[in-house]
Amino acid sequence: MSGAADLTKQTEDQTGEPTRTPMLELRDLRVFYGAIEALKGINVKVYEGEVVALLGANGAGKSTTLRTASGMLSPRDGQVLFHGERVDGIKSHDLVRFGIGHVPEGRRVFPRMTVRENLEMGAYRFKAPDPDDMDRVFTLFPRLGERRTQLGGTLSGGEQQMLAIGRALMGKPELLLLDEPSMGLAPLIVRQIFDILEEINKQGTTVLLVEQNASQALQLADRGYVLETGSVAMEDEASALLADPRVRAAYLGEGAA
Amino acid sequence: MSLNELWDYMVLGVVLGCLYAVIAIGYTLVYGVLQLLNFAHSEVFMFGGFGGLIALTAWVPVASPSGLQSVVYVAVGILAGAGLGGAVAFGLEKVAYRPLRRHNAPRLVFLITAIGASFFLYNIAGKLFGRSSMSMPTMYENKTVVTIFGASLNVTQLLIVFSAVAMMVGLDYVVNRTKLGSGIRAVAQDPEVASLMGVNIDKVVSRTFVIGGLLGGAAGFLFGLNSKVVYTMGFLPGITAFAAAVLGGIGNVRGAMLGGMVLGMVETLTVFVWGDEWRYVAGFAVLVLVLMFRPTGLLGERLGRTA
Repeated sequence: MSGAADLTKQTEDQTGEPTRTPMLELRDLRVFYGAIEALKGINVKVYEGEVVALLGANGAGKSTTLRTASGMLSPRDGQVLFHGERVDGIKSHDLVRFGIGHVPEGRRVFPRMTVRENLEMGAYRFKAPDPDDMDRVFTLFPRLGERRTQLGGTLSGGEQQMLAIGRALMGKPELLLLDEPSMGLAPLIVRQIFDILEEINKQGTTVLLVEQNASQALQLADRGYVLETGSVAMEDEASALLADPRVRAAYLGEGAA
Repeated sequence: MSLNELWDYMVLGVVLGCLYAVIAIGYTLVYGVLQLLNFAHSEVFMFGGFGGLIALTAWVPVASPSGLQSVVYVAVGILAGAGLGGAVAFGLEKVAYRPLRRHNAPRLVFLITAIGASFFLYNIAGKLFGRSSMSMPTMYENKTVVTIFGASLNVTQLLIVFSAVAMMVGLDYVVNRTKLGSGIRAVAQDPEVASLMGVNIDKVVSRTFVIGGLLGGAAGFLFGLNSKVVYTMGFLPGITAFAAAVLGGIGNVRGAMLGGMVLGMVETLTVFVWGDEWRYVAGFAVLVLVLMFRPTGLLGERLGRTA
């Protein structure tokens, strides 16, 4: 299924004009943890409607990039632009109002809230949760609908990942930042989640995806960036990265499709 | 030790337990959102006692009031107590704790600051309000209203039980059914993710302190009705209510209520059986015993963070 979906995506992508304003632009971003420079001036662009993958080894700066984009970290240098407007320095609780949803690494659902309460928290920025959004989440993830009164902490890993994504969708994000959605999940569940991400993207949400699972991510993505120790080492169409021998050696070493 | 006396003591236990429960909520809420043992909460309680006292002495005429007037006076007392308690808690968070959070201070620093703030507040109260015990002005005739199994309940006792129950029901509603409550629970479970959902952590923490302060202050007034108001009045009820919060499972609101009721009852029954000198022994013995077998307290930690 993914091969066919890929082909249509790439043709769409090549028709886009490169001069339009990106939805999200990270410009010469430098981020420090104390004295350690985690991001050494990276440039990333995400256009409306795209799925962009950030790949790289542990410690390459993938999560740091996402955390800076959603206001959890402040860059020391450089800019974060959303629809051309500077948003770096805006705190994360204010930044959600711009329409940036962040699904954090490790899922981090609220363990002592029910599935429904977790989803309602996702809509915290609104006066009340939109029932249509709730229905949409339950349609995308029927499993969550069945477990709506169950506590978040009692769900399986895959269900928690679904809940974390559903929770972010409740905030009506234009841009969804996803940090390692496949982490620690069985291959079958990973495939399910990526199918649903594709569906979410088709419904109009732009996606910036951090993944260790490079083959899965590149099959979904339009474009990709490869980070190495805080810098962008490669940047290309997803299909080109998927075919690149260096990427194949470093990230698809075993069991490459 | 007649049966009638036992019932009398049980009534006293319920009254005391209600007060402990309301105070304990303040400890547990703040612990939930900040993982902080706010030892200055006992002083918030004490200020509540003075809030009620000052508002009423400035206002209640010497002549004994009747009916509606009594109700108004008591309501004013509760509101003044809650108001000053809430204001002190609000200021405490702003002045003592927020700067520490801004600098990511280690938890020990918070604890030491809490103890320091407690000393500061009760000494300043001694300076401001004098160091002698004072009684609330007479607002009603404290007669026996009902008799249950031979135990009589007077107006003050009924007032304490009703107000405390009303506050607990209201608080439970706020925490579990309102948006502010969702924010409080979310911050308690995962502050970073809560802020990703649009929760302003500073605001939630500040409001949590105020809620705890309102309850603690109102409890201070009610406590003062039942005994006296003095600048040192916070220490023992405060430390007992803290124990109650731990007993119930710190971070868990319903646990704090349960723990307060249990300790109030244990305390008065101890006095009944062994005498007044054992008053504070049994409660803390129960605390130690429960924690030996259930280290997370009676109701676990529903608000608490994941490991």
